[in-house]
Amino acid sequence: MSEDILISVRGLRTAFGRHVVHENLDLDIRRGEIMGLVGGSGTGKTVLLNSILGLKEPDGGDILFNGRRFSQMSALERLKVNSRWGVLFQNGALFTSLTVLENVMAPLREHVDMPPALMEEIASMKIGLSGLAPDVGDRYPSELSGGMRKRVALARALALDPEILFLDEPTAGLDPIGAAAFDSLILELSQALGLTVLMITHDLDSLHAICDRVAVLADKRVAAVAPIEALLRNPHPWIQEYFHGPRGRAALAGKES
Amino acid sequence: MRGKSASSVTAAGVVLRAEGSKTIVELHGDWTVETVGRMDATLRDVEESVAPGDIVIDLSDLGLIDTAGAYIIGRVTRRCSQPDGDFHFIGEHPTARRLIEEVRARTTICAQEEEAGYGFMQALSRIGAGIEAVMREALDTFAFLGKTIITGFRTLANPQRLRLTPTIWAMEEVGVNAMPIIAVLSFFIGAVVAYMGANLLQTLGFSVFTVELVGIAVLREFGVLITAIMLAGRSDSAFTAQIGSMKMQQEIDAMRVLGLDPFEALVLPRVIACVLMAPLLTFGAMIAGIFGGMIVAWSAQDISPTLFIARFHQELPWDHFLVGMSKAPVFGLVVAIIGCRQGMMVSGDVESLGRRVTASVVQSIFAVIVLEAMFAMMYLELGI
Repeated sequence: MSEDILISVRGLRTAFGRHVVHENLDLDIRRGEIMGLVGGSGTGKTVLLNSILGLKEPDGGDILFNGRRFSQMSALERLKVNSRWGVLFQNGALFTSLTVLENVMAPLREHVDMPPALMEEIASMKIGLSGLAPDVGDRYPSELSGGMRKRVALARALALDPEILFLDEPTAGLDPIGAAAFDSLILELSQALGLTVLMITHDLDSLHAICDRVAVLADKRVAAVAPIEALLRNPHPWIQEYFHGPRGRAALAGKES
Repeated sequence: MRGKSASSVTAAGVVLRAEGSKTIVELHGDWTVETVGRMDATLRDVEESVAPGDIVIDLSDLGLIDTAGAYIIGRVTRRCSQPDGDFHFIGEHPTARRLIEEVRARTTICAQEEEAGYGFMQALSRIGAGIEAVMREALDTFAFLGKTIITGFRTLANPQRLRLTPTIWAMEEVGVNAMPIIAVLSFFIGAVVAYMGANLLQTLGFSVFTVELVGIAVLREFGVLITAIMLAGRSDSAFTAQIGSMKMQQEIDAMRVLGLDPFEALVLPRVIACVLMAPLLTFGAMIAGIFGGMIVAWSAQDISPTLFIARFHQELPWDHFLVGMSKAPVFGLVVAIIGCRQGMMVSGDVESLGRRVTASVVQSIFAVIVLEAMFAMMYLELGI
């Protein structure tokens, strides 16, 4: 295979008590692609993300990063790998006691040895990179709007120039203009920095606009992975309903016009 | 950082070389967030010492580059009229030029606020600000008290507006559920007072005065003080947390929009409950404290309960009991007002909830002790 696979999930099983969320789930993420992850509420999109991030131990199966099994890595190696990853959590998960600038500097302080002045400059640069005005640096997360908080969280996720960016519903709760701007920002960053992006989203417009491939979670596994044009022809009933329902058609029409 | 994993990063290096009037900055190795820290000082030097037009950056030996590297390289030429002009760069690199331009386009460095120093003037100004904050807190608390009293009178004129169920619930929470812990505490305080007095009085041969000692101490001061402090620690913090979490979830805003007065629905029931229950709790605390003293007097000094009670009746006027009881509703009011006010002051974030709960307990215990001292002076002057 010529494809350059960065992360692969093999035979993942996740269960909460007797409630099985994932059964024998396989997923491959290629280097440099933007992959969308969709699925109905309760199909375990965030659970899958947490499993990949190592926040939840899988009940079966394994996850490989660059061909190495997580289950065979030591905790230290795992930590090193994780420091190369950027995560944007659903609600931002900013540290409330730190200012915006300090939030973005937090990973730098922790992992990198550099003069504080340079650290501040780089953090400011990341804040600018995520599309915020520089004067938000000394504000606290509680003083920001939802959209600004997401951008700060993105700046923090980008602080260490990650190889992979995980985004959990990045455009949820943003107005359509803000959501479109966020989409183009992610696209631009992934092209400029060569980022691999895995994003959970319900936003059909972002799926159409920026995702190279879309993975569909259904029936406790990944029911299909394909570029969105191919998915539209997939006969799976949930996929048909998802992309050809009234909202799906509107998003499709919006893309074509 | 494409194509390579983090472990293969080599250290960044820089060599300066003069060529005619130009200064050539040769970049070696990988310029990533992990490696650029050590290059900071050198490049700052170049930026400041070399005329902006004479800087040439040699990219030919540059390895990996990420946005941090691009930023620090781009910073060298930021003072030039054309920072990204072709004459500034020699050598080929697949991504560096584009990344440097991209990063520069989006970079605006925030001006950092000047850190406040630690000089004498700063110390004075902090003291001043602290005093001002205390004054303002006190003033706002009185305003809150006033608003509560107005709401109280309005409810008095229109009694069916009183929220009976929340009031009864608050009375159970504040009063009934607090009784056991207050009684136990007061019992031990009474016992301790009896022990302390017993030793001293026995050497003087007046052990029977233990009765007066326990009676006066518990009736006048300890019964009501234990009650007030327990109310502050137990109910006041609960009020702040309850009202504060409602404030955080915008429930208070929702009530206002729906035409419900939060003072009527949340504050008044709690204040009424505290004012009514504080005297009852104090009475319970007095009984328990005297009982504790009596047990110790009996076991340590052979003062039988019969003698204890008889002497109690004979020697102690009702004044002591009334003095103690008169303070109880005041303390209840103060504790409830401070707890509710701090709850209403909570803002959107979780941290302010924690800060307000702490402030609420500290302020109410402070207020109780200060009032206690004022009562003591007042009753002394009145000769009661």
